[in-house]
Amino acid sequence: MLTVRIIPCLDVRGGRVVKGVKFKGLRDAGSPPDLAAEYERQGADEITLLDVSATPEGRGTALETVRAVRERLALPLTVGGGVSTEEHAGALLDAGADKVGVNTAAVRRPALLEEMAARFGCQCTVIAIDAAARQDGGWEVVALSGRERTGLDAVAWAREAASRGAGEILLTSWDRDGTKSGYDLDLIRAISTEVEVPVIASGGAASAGHMVEAVRAGADAVLAASIFHYGETTVADLKRIMADSGVEVRT
Amino acid sequence: MMEVVVIRTGTANIASVLAGLRRAGAAPRVSSDPLDVQAARMAVLPGVGTVSAAMERIDGAGLADPLRRRLSAGRPTLCVCLGLQLLAGGSEESPGVEALGVVPGTATRFSGGVRVPQLGWNRVEAGEGCRLLRDGHAYFANSYKLDAAPEGWCAATSDHGGRFVAAMERGSVLACQFHPELSGAWGLDLIGRWLEAGGEAPC
Repeated sequence: MLTVRIIPCLDVRGGRVVKGVKFKGLRDAGSPPDLAAEYERQGADEITLLDVSATPEGRGTALETVRAVRERLALPLTVGGGVSTEEHAGALLDAGADKVGVNTAAVRRPALLEEMAARFGCQCTVIAIDAAARQDGGWEVVALSGRERTGLDAVAWAREAASRGAGEILLTSWDRDGTKSGYDLDLIRAISTEVEVPVIASGGAASAGHMVEAVRAGADAVLAASIFHYGETTVADLKRIMADSGVEVRT
Repeated sequence: MMEVVVIRTGTANIASVLAGLRRAGAAPRVSSDPLDVQAARMAVLPGVGTVSAAMERIDGAGLADPLRRRLSAGRPTLCVCLGLQLLAGGSEESPGVEALGVVPGTATRFSGGVRVPQLGWNRVEAGEGCRLLRDGHAYFANSYKLDAAPEGWCAATSDHGGRFVAAMERGSVLACQFHPELSGAWGLDLIGRWLEAGGEAPC
């Protein structure tokens, strides 16, 4: 049986890990290879690296960062942030990524998912969905790091992305991101029951309790960033508590 | 340091395989030259994607026969993920495509209400008599699998909607459905044991 994965997320800009609230107000949290190696030591199951620089110069730096992290890491590495072409995804894989996440570019041109899945396999192709709750219920996909509302229904988009070849969904609640108020459980429930592919819960985690709730709501993996970077908790501590709650984790 | 030829089959996560080999103490070199595949003391066949895409590359580069020869002769070879399925006759994923056919059988898709692809860490149980494989947790990224190990191979199994072949070994040939290079210290130790066994095996 698969164990539940805990995935520390490194938001990287200019070769450094940064973290903000609702994608704004970024502050420095350390060196990507150092943090990745430390999280592997703590028992992390996977690392996600998001390039939040979104500039051409930032792109080159991000490739260097991926190479540096890869040399220190014997865990799966997912890389995303501004990926818009199959070539860009290929460059990230060559640099040391095992999976590539796409977001805005796939919303604009969904065929990108088919192209990536055909070339690299669906297990390499991750659809990152940023979802914001709608006033009248349901969730809407937001693009461009939350700056653009797309009008797209998040559940329908998850279904479509999976059918086009995405092998995993990185599901971020835009409302909860950085707030430490817990994952959006209704969102996780709505999407994990609609697709066959695994779902990673993201946005709002502050405790092992939040992670247990997400797993019970249907998440296959839980992602968090700031709680790890500033020493509030460790992966090992979270896993101990989750195991005590009856969640299968790798120890 | 042991030189290991990593066979370029297309767009595998080759950087991770190389990093894993270096950390396990080997000196890896990437090649798609049939002469290298034939001559190398130790070789790695990585693979992600589909059987048809990988076989197209392998056939196109003239690698199928050198690969079959070295695998049938039991020369030290590590097959990773899709690399294991390529040993079989074919896969449900790519009907009509002939894989290497070194062992009988066809890879089938996971079923039984589980997540597909299988992405994550699963418990591996090594069968009796395995020399390289041990119990532990390994990282998998696959939608297809072999249901049973062929005769003459010692298998480790896992469960994802039913038992499947997590890895199998015969002499110095080790084929892993999981990614040893992404399976932390446990995976690097396994690569280390394979390197050691291959270094000692008669050529």
